[in-house]
Amino acid sequence: MYDLSCSGLTKRFGPFTAVSDVSLDIPSGSFFSILGPSGCGKTTLMRMIAGFESPSEGDIKIKGESVVATPPNKRNVKMVFQHLALFPMMSVGENIAYGLRCRGEKRGAIGAKVAGILDRVGLPGTEDKRIDQLSGGQKQRIAIARCMVLEPDVLLLDEPLGALDLKLREHMKIELKLLQNQFETTFLYITHDQSEALVMSDQVAVMNAGRFEQIGSPKELYDAPVSGFVAGFVGDSNCLTGTIATVDGADARVRLDDGGELIGRVADRSGPGDAVEVFLRPEALSLGAGGATTLPGTVDSLLFNGANSRVLVKLATGQMLEVADPAQSGGGAVGDTVTVSFQPERARVFARRGA
Amino acid sequence: MMGRDAGRLSLILLFMPFALWIGLLIVLPQLGIGYVSLREKVGINQYEFGFKNYADFISEPIYRNTLLRTAWMSILVTALALIAGFPVAYYIAKIAKTRSRAALFLMCLIPLWVSDLVRAYGWIVLLRETGVISTALVSIGLISQPIEMLYTDMTVIIGLVYTVILFMIVPLVSTLQGMDDALLEAGYNLGGSRFTVFRRIIVPYAMPGIVAGSIITFMLTAGSYLTPVLLGGKNSSWFTEQIYNQFITRYNWEAGATFGVLLLLFTSLVVWLGLLLTGQSLATTVAKD
Repeated sequence: MYDLSCSGLTKRFGPFTAVSDVSLDIPSGSFFSILGPSGCGKTTLMRMIAGFESPSEGDIKIKGESVVATPPNKRNVKMVFQHLALFPMMSVGENIAYGLRCRGEKRGAIGAKVAGILDRVGLPGTEDKRIDQLSGGQKQRIAIARCMVLEPDVLLLDEPLGALDLKLREHMKIELKLLQNQFETTFLYITHDQSEALVMSDQVAVMNAGRFEQIGSPKELYDAPVSGFVAGFVGDSNCLTGTIATVDGADARVRLDDGGELIGRVADRSGPGDAVEVFLRPEALSLGAGGATTLPGTVDSLLFNGANSRVLVKLATGQMLEVADPAQSGGGAVGDTVTVSFQPERARVFARRGA
Repeated sequence: MMGRDAGRLSLILLFMPFALWIGLLIVLPQLGIGYVSLREKVGINQYEFGFKNYADFISEPIYRNTLLRTAWMSILVTALALIAGFPVAYYIAKIAKTRSRAALFLMCLIPLWVSDLVRAYGWIVLLRETGVISTALVSIGLISQPIEMLYTDMTVIIGLVYTVILFMIVPLVSTLQGMDDALLEAGYNLGGSRFTVFRRIIVPYAMPGIVAGSIITFMLTAGSYLTPVLLGGKNSSWFTEQIYNQFITRYNWEAGATFGVLLLLFTSLVVWLGLLLTGQSLATTVAKD
């Protein structure tokens, strides 16, 4: 039984197709993310699930029942809005009680439920505070509490961390994940930030131009992307363009556009003569000989970022490569001649996008 | 030190027109009116100070009743302007496309291009016995003989609503424009019906605009002269008409000044009561940034 499933969902605005034939099934109690660049249709998809847009085609089922004909205020999906949309003229307690009162619950029961949910999100006793007295993180928690008090089948979150500063965002990622575990409710999270999606989710769907490119666990997306788009969008990658010269089993010899050659693993159906992109994760690269493919270059600059430190290598043919340098060894000084090497299975070859 | 002095000088210079306007055109005349209202005429060019003019007002039921009637009808006009203006403001602020918004707003302003007097005569042309509506109704056979639609309270109220509604719409539009659509969607998403969303989200959010618009329209209506006199005729019994009569017809400046002061005090009292009842203050409504 899936808490939420969509099949063949399509939404057109005039001649423009915002969401095209999207299908997904979200198991109960899981954290599901939809990851995509802005304008990919993810917000439209979420608005259809919430009921603010009606699909041009396809069906949406919540707990097995179609809700396409159900108005938004009758669907048991609650939404945390991008800018949270807390009601500024109501106190914290009134914000949370709003949904319960709409449902016609008794006053006494409402008070107890509000107090209970505030306790669970770690803000007990804040009923009488005004919304503008809360910090960004507290508002976030109130917005979630306002939905969770209604015990929804699915909680939709529309990039709710976007407005927070970096430090708080990192903190809230973990907190959201903990809240989801605690409530055991299905979360559908929309974001353009791949690190948010990877850190929090059980399953991630990568969306591009109205379609799902790939659905999988964060690890699958990272280690085995099915398209150039996913490889480029999820995690950091160096991308080199070229043409396949020969194919030997799974490996291909790729002649790079800017000169030079390398051996990589073909990840789709590209064959000899096809224009391709080769994706290389920074951590797949190492400095010094040892890999099957070696590329000569010079150290262009050292990018220090703690455990995420990188060395930027300028290849002899002019391309720039980011090489992971977790030990912060420095790999020498700027201007040093180095060799970048990697194993063929770590270089993923995809047909060139838009080619 | 130089910079600070220059800053202070420029502040004084910039503040001057406003201070002069308030001082010379508002404060000073009101003080003069207040002074005249406390003057009792005992003989030719002989005056004493006292509250006799006020006592006269209270002892004369027609004056009292005219003031109460004016206040009551102004409240009614304000309420009608709010009921009629809110949907218009909501449409302009929330439903209309950005491009047509300016055009719609401009259309609301168009009546202001024409003077009050001409607009009042426009109503007369429409509503009098030989006017457009009456003639049209007779010619299509709905009524057998022409009817007079002028000089009734209803006519005065319609005319006043029409004159002041813009001043209700403008503050409402600016308040409603600040409302994030996500608030409405959140209202529905959490299970609210259309009515709940209107009552618990839209109206509370628009309250500063509602109160600001109501104060402006109430003050304008209570202090209006032309529309009630022209559309209501002799029966309109509008309080400003009494003030006019005392000053101009009777040449009784003392009584006129008294009425003026009383109108100001009374309308201020009504506004204060209104703010009290809605739990708002001037700082959160009219002076909202």
